[in-house]
Amino acid sequence: MIRRTFLRIARVRSRLSAIAPLAGLLALGGCQTVVMNPAGDVAVQQADLILWSTVLMLLIIVPVMALTVLFAWRYRAGNEEADYAPDWDHSTQLELVIWAAPLLIIIALGALTWVGTHLLDPYRPLSRVAPGKPVTANVRPLDVEVVSLDWKWLFIYPEQGVATVNELVVPVDRPVRFRMTSSSVMNTLWVPAMAGMIYTMPGMETTLHGVLNKVGRFEGRSANYSGAGFSNMSFWTYSVTPARFDQWVAGVKRQPRRLDAALYRRLEQPSEKVRPIGFGSVDPALFQRIVAMCVKPGTSCMQGMSHGGPAVNDRAPRAGEAEGALTRDPSEKGESPHLSAPHGAAQGQGDPGDGTNRNMTMNVLPAPLGADARKRA
Amino acid sequence: MSNDLIKTIFGRLTLDSFPIHEPILVGTFAVVALGGLTLLGALTYFKLWGYLWKEWFTSVDHKKIGIMYIVLALVMLLRGFADAIMMRLQQALAFNGSEGYLNAHHYDQVFTAHGVIMIFFVAMPFVTGLMNYVVPLQIGARDVSFPFLNNFSFWMTVAGALTVMASLFVGEFARTGWLAMAPLSGLDYSPDVGVDYYIWALQIAGVGTLLSGVNLIATIVKMRAPGMSLMKLPIFTWSALVTNVLIVAAFPVLTAVLAMLSLDRYVGTNFFTNTGGGNPMMYVNMIWIWGHPEVYILILPAFGVFSEVVSTFSGKRLFGYTSMVYALIVICILSYLVWLHHFFTMGSGASVNSFFGITTMIISIPTGAKIFNWLFTMYRGRIRYELPMMWSVAFMLTFVIGGMTGVMLAVPPADFQFHNSLFLVAHFHNVIIGGVLFGMFAGVNYWWPKAFGFKLDRKWGVVSFWCWVVGFWVAFTPLYVLGFMGVTRRMRVFEDPSLRIWFVIAGIGAAIIAAGIGAMLMQFYVSIRDREKLRDITGDPWNGRTLEWATSSPPPAYNFAFTPVIHDLDAWYDMKSHKVARPTDGFRAIHMPKNTWAGVVLAGLSMVCGLAMIWYIWWLAALSFLALLATAIIHTFNYDRDFHIPVEDVIASEDARTRALQTAGV
Repeated sequence: MIRRTFLRIARVRSRLSAIAPLAGLLALGGCQTVVMNPAGDVAVQQADLILWSTVLMLLIIVPVMALTVLFAWRYRAGNEEADYAPDWDHSTQLELVIWAAPLLIIIALGALTWVGTHLLDPYRPLSRVAPGKPVTANVRPLDVEVVSLDWKWLFIYPEQGVATVNELVVPVDRPVRFRMTSSSVMNTLWVPAMAGMIYTMPGMETTLHGVLNKVGRFEGRSANYSGAGFSNMSFWTYSVTPARFDQWVAGVKRQPRRLDAALYRRLEQPSEKVRPIGFGSVDPALFQRIVAMCVKPGTSCMQGMSHGGPAVNDRAPRAGEAEGALTRDPSEKGESPHLSAPHGAAQGQGDPGDGTNRNMTMNVLPAPLGADARKRA
Repeated sequence: MSNDLIKTIFGRLTLDSFPIHEPILVGTFAVVALGGLTLLGALTYFKLWGYLWKEWFTSVDHKKIGIMYIVLALVMLLRGFADAIMMRLQQALAFNGSEGYLNAHHYDQVFTAHGVIMIFFVAMPFVTGLMNYVVPLQIGARDVSFPFLNNFSFWMTVAGALTVMASLFVGEFARTGWLAMAPLSGLDYSPDVGVDYYIWALQIAGVGTLLSGVNLIATIVKMRAPGMSLMKLPIFTWSALVTNVLIVAAFPVLTAVLAMLSLDRYVGTNFFTNTGGGNPMMYVNMIWIWGHPEVYILILPAFGVFSEVVSTFSGKRLFGYTSMVYALIVICILSYLVWLHHFFTMGSGASVNSFFGITTMIISIPTGAKIFNWLFTMYRGRIRYELPMMWSVAFMLTFVIGGMTGVMLAVPPADFQFHNSLFLVAHFHNVIIGGVLFGMFAGVNYWWPKAFGFKLDRKWGVVSFWCWVVGFWVAFTPLYVLGFMGVTRRMRVFEDPSLRIWFVIAGIGAAIIAAGIGAMLMQFYVSIRDREKLRDITGDPWNGRTLEWATSSPPPAYNFAFTPVIHDLDAWYDMKSHKVARPTDGFRAIHMPKNTWAGVVLAGLSMVCGLAMIWYIWWLAALSFLALLATAIIHTFNYDRDFHIPVEDVIASEDARTRALQTAGV
């Protein structure tokens, strides 16, 4: 009975090797995904690296998995025909192969990594727009200044003098240079079809170069958790013909509002699910002030934010910013109420998706104790 | 009473801090309260408190402490897995405009708690418990070097776990992800108690882990049986030694970075803030300088388990023992040289990124060598497919895929597309479940007969095994696919309907894993119920090769009546081959450490202090801290710390062993 169980188990395990072609099918399906079949040249090169690294490793992984199944089956205790060598525990030749084979693969992969990482450095201006289409001297990259806010994206086009929230439009086949910062916490700008990602950090400026080679609409989002509104921090990226791009810029220019420091400070307030907004003109010094964290009037800007400059974030803390808990008076300790306490309208009163529809408690505290809850409502 | 007085007494704790508005939490509390009261009632009714206190809670016996660690891990596994099911359900539901059933405040706590609990309170206690139980037995020692510290470490870990559990019912937990990255975790963006709960739970548990690391290194270096040179150490003990070196070198960094975050939050310093010279990138660097060795702390003991299991159940010596040891040492050193691969996307520049990418790939070489060595241990063996061996083969097939995806992530430009995506999530679950968890399950099934004297039920074990293996692949392959489709982690709602099918499949996988956990609990129950049928009286049910199998099952409190003398690797196998006779007389009284109340009390006071700091109740924090110091000082005046097991007791238990061996015909 036990023997049969062993045989059954080992036979099922050998069927695991049948999973390999299934996995292969899955992999082929992966070729149609946005990461493996992207619309931007940088992302295409990244996809190539993914493919190459996978192939190089499968050179080792597939034999290992096959050998595992083979040995697990062949040397099962029930198989009396297989050799049994209980004291054989060393073979210098085999050890050399065991260490050398992965080493060779890693050397190859390492070379690929070194070269690829330098060529695809986000800070490095593009040298080609597509295979066979190098960037010539007369091609000027499109500058886009990016600020990640809570919980939306601000795109400033300094050359065009317009700005948008949650809508990125770029001309097809023109390199884009993103210069990015954050207003509050770390985010990353991720348009999977275009190029990889790099963090946006408050008080610092990061750069990303990319290009889109196909006309179309592509998803973009933040890929670094940044708080309650993170899930809705997505935007559409449109890649359009140059003529259409100029049309679009003209359309945004017709928007009445000007994005200056005062309006930015209102924009900075936390909000979610923000529909695209356009600003017809932008204060040209605004982005630098956002990076230097001196948008509020009366604050001094930080010196030098570039790589290798003096310390970032050397702005002194201001009144009203959170102080350490031990330094506070008892009355300043604040409370930590459970944040899903009911507030706002009663349940069912709000539009679908409204948070107040989740005021699902029947537990309303009696009057003296419930004073705070009522005050908040 | 004036508001100031209330605030001074209660800090920022108010009635609003209790989540009576959250139906899910109220329901959970009701279940926990009911279950807890039932348990406490049963313990009282059967008068078990004295037994528990004397035999378990105050015990300094490494075997008891090891078992308690694993019990903690299994209990916290249920909580962490409940969080996982909640996440899968939310992600499967939240399409087509639906917000799911969890709002952002709740969901963000769930994924943070899931990560924190699984790493710190499931995987770490599992690994520590296994090392605690097995290592002294494997080296022929009677206990660890510092038995009191061992007890204290365990209770500090429990205090940390209880602090996290308390956040479920009083206040909230952090909403920052399991590593609480700055500046999101700073006072500006997380002013509430959540991150404070996180900090204190981890600081308290971290003290326990660090001391445990010191303890086990001292044990392995100083308390080996005569003749057991380092290159005759059992391979699991080698992996424990390397793991504890990692712990001792890495955990102080975690303590330091959390201390700095605490200073930012409590004193107003600017280590990681956006102002005053603060640099959040420093937090990211330091937390990952700890974080990467941490994952090797989790996996290396699992590798040690597999080495023992594959060798024993193939009936062969481990292939390439020397090479395995050097692989462990190389992995240990290299694991400190790779931390930046967790944040290639923070913009360090190409040369720095390539350096760390290449070092990450280099780590795969010794890891691959270990896999090959296990393979060639199986080669020309006679493999018996008991449960530990089944888990090992499943590990070999599962972990290599996880390793492969890890090397894919190690290529920085590829990581620019994979960072923080579901591909990453699938990768680390692949290696943690396929590596660490499968290893722990193999270890539990392997050493259970030693700890309790009877084997685990095989039938339910097989059910659990297949549910876990199939469930894991069904749950996480869709996540690999979703990663390729550009989906980010920690998302609560989705707009693209084409993603939904993958989340549903992942949810089904989670349900299969749930069945696996249920089957495992069933396995424990059935085994305990049928323990006489599963009884093993030889102490060596698997034809083992290392010293722990030389003792009875369970071993006596003193482990070995005489310290064995070692001549070769696989000491017990060596003794059996040479038909070494077991001494049956000439026993002497054995010197043993006494139980201690101080570990429980110190950990309890630490927890009170932590909770007081979280809620800004300064007077209580100061008082409990002083009480902590006082207790520690009082404890140092306790000179009544040891006793001798009388020679009659030793003779009695050794005679019982002699009779058992004769009955078994060994």
